[in-house]
Amino acid sequence: MRISTLALMAAMAAQPAFADEIWVSNEKDDTISVIDIETLEVTRTLETGERPRGITFSHDYKYVYICASDSDAVQVMDPDTGEILHDLPSGEDPEQFVLHPDNKHLYIANEDDAITTVVDVESRTVVAQIDVGIEPEGMAVSPDGKIAITTSETTNMAHWIDTETQELFANTLVDSRPRHAEFVKDGAEMWVSAEIGGSISVFDTATQTETAKITFELPNIHPDRIQPVGFELGEGDKFAYVALGPSNHLAVVNAETYEVEDYILVGRRVWHMAFNADKSRLFTTNGISGDVTVVDVAKREALKTIKVGRFPWGAAFRPTN
Amino acid sequence: MLKSVASAVSLSSLISTSAMALNVEIPMLVRETEEIATLSNLDPCPADLSIQGAELAIADNTTTGKFLGHQYSLKIHNLSVDGDLADVALSILADHQIIITDLPSEDLLQIADLPEAANALIINATAEDSALRDGACRANVLHTAPSLAMRTDALMQYFLFKRWGKLAMIEGTYPQDTAYAEALRYSATKFGLKVGETKTWAFDADMRRNAAAEVPLFTQDLRDYDVLLVADEAEDFGRYVAYNTWLPRPVAGSEGISPQVWAPVVEQWGAAQLHSRFEELADRSMKPEDYGAWAAVRSIGEAVTRTNATDAPTLRDYMLSPEFALAGFKGTPQTFRAWNGQMRQPVPLVTSRAMVMQAPLPGFMHQTNELDTLGVDAPESSCTAFKE
Repeated sequence: MRISTLALMAAMAAQPAFADEIWVSNEKDDTISVIDIETLEVTRTLETGERPRGITFSHDYKYVYICASDSDAVQVMDPDTGEILHDLPSGEDPEQFVLHPDNKHLYIANEDDAITTVVDVESRTVVAQIDVGIEPEGMAVSPDGKIAITTSETTNMAHWIDTETQELFANTLVDSRPRHAEFVKDGAEMWVSAEIGGSISVFDTATQTETAKITFELPNIHPDRIQPVGFELGEGDKFAYVALGPSNHLAVVNAETYEVEDYILVGRRVWHMAFNADKSRLFTTNGISGDVTVVDVAKREALKTIKVGRFPWGAAFRPTN
Repeated sequence: MLKSVASAVSLSSLISTSAMALNVEIPMLVRETEEIATLSNLDPCPADLSIQGAELAIADNTTTGKFLGHQYSLKIHNLSVDGDLADVALSILADHQIIITDLPSEDLLQIADLPEAANALIINATAEDSALRDGACRANVLHTAPSLAMRTDALMQYFLFKRWGKLAMIEGTYPQDTAYAEALRYSATKFGLKVGETKTWAFDADMRRNAAAEVPLFTQDLRDYDVLLVADEAEDFGRYVAYNTWLPRPVAGSEGISPQVWAPVVEQWGAAQLHSRFEELADRSMKPEDYGAWAAVRSIGEAVTRTNATDAPTLRDYMLSPEFALAGFKGTPQTFRAWNGQMRQPVPLVTSRAMVMQAPLPGFMHQTNELDTLGVDAPESSCTAFKE
């Protein structure tokens, strides 16, 4: 015990002044909580526009983009100073977005308008607006940048966007209330979570056909309360970590067999998550309890709970060196 | 009958699921109701109640449908207060077998029992009589409106949760007040509570002016109670009871904390989005009747989307199957009870300012689905029409 404490102190001493950070958007506080991933404490609280939800960094980490849903804007912030540099034209009620690998095009879901807006972050202009289903939310882009995905909560579809033409080329039905999409295994698969359907649909990207469905089961919790929302893939895409909303658990899914291997108890109504650099730790946003659970990925255990603002929603990782 | 046009369309190249152009025209039958003269004019009853909910669901279905080549439209048939139902019903049934209704129970049963409706799918969006889900159930009628028993059961769960065991009641004299009071007594018994003293409100004085003088006296002789129930579904006198009772006690039922299937204060689970879409369309807040009609038309849309069919038997079978689920913005899948056609759904317990809790409440367990702690459950049900 003593040795490990010393080792930890030595490790901390070796760190530069600033450790890597996890940024969390607090939907009902209009703030961002910045968590130091070494001390596991909130070091800064930054003000944003109204109802911040989606949060992501530019690929060079020079900027942080924030969906300020009720301000009808995507805000661009300097992560060093916390200063809002400017707003991007975003369409109404931006909820979630994804940055294209070109670091230039932001694909934004406009929840109230049934539209996906494509914005050029350099010229700050709208490149395209694409009609999608009702309440678009989940956003993903393939690693090669050729396909963008929008999922629509009430239409229950994944909409496949050709990023060359900015037009839809396929629409695939999923279970009720899709919330989140990710390309998996270098883009060979595309996964969509369905909150009310209680499932994750796995699609073969090349053919846009559903090849598997992941379902969840927890003892003593009614299936209706097991509501998959956000999810992320761990190192090498071997395991997926799935936030199960009001069941207050995270599922660990084997991405080869599509079987759930474990469940980890976290905070209340768990929404989204972000990993640290080596993906050894996972930080989940827990909407109702207003905190972030830090999970030891290898041990599949919760390590600590960190109080943040009201209704933490999105999470994003920021390296500092 | 729903008209379907099966043909290859240009959209089909965009769609990787099966593409069959379908045109779904949904008739909705609405009986106008006689307006009751109430003490207060503060909350006028919108003339387009229920209809705007159906319109919103048509818009929702259409957005989904455009990716599949499915079109939706609504045809409203209005019946005057004393208009003859049979003629209108028969003319609708001549070419449509799926009908949404905003009708009183007698009308609903009359249309359901027409031989022409034997294989129809009628969705009751507004009538709450528990009997329609029990002894008077019909195999061709599904209900997106909650039963009164579901609403009053929700309230009793809340009283048990709060340990407010002693109940008293003031009951109005309109038929809907009496039905509500009966439902409250039924639910109290079901959950082991008892409605103690009950007084009938039959004043004809103008309570806007003298409620502060009359209500304390009116409630003074009630023996001690934890909560005062108000059965005033006609929304006549109830608003003048709160804060005027002799004892300082909360009010519940038609006033105070009220079990409602939908209300503007329901804001979790994405409900804010449904409210904002509705307000943009209708320029007013979304009422329980609108929600019932929205759920009815959305359920049809969901069934058409998943089955690629438009005929009543296919859609009915799908809606009653475990595969069906409607995301109704209340945090849990809403399905239909296969034994009586009632849509399972949570019941928010609301005040005018906030949702207090949502039933089923924690701790009310059920062997298959906690939503079935609300309303008549299968073992007690005397509905046999669904057993084929």
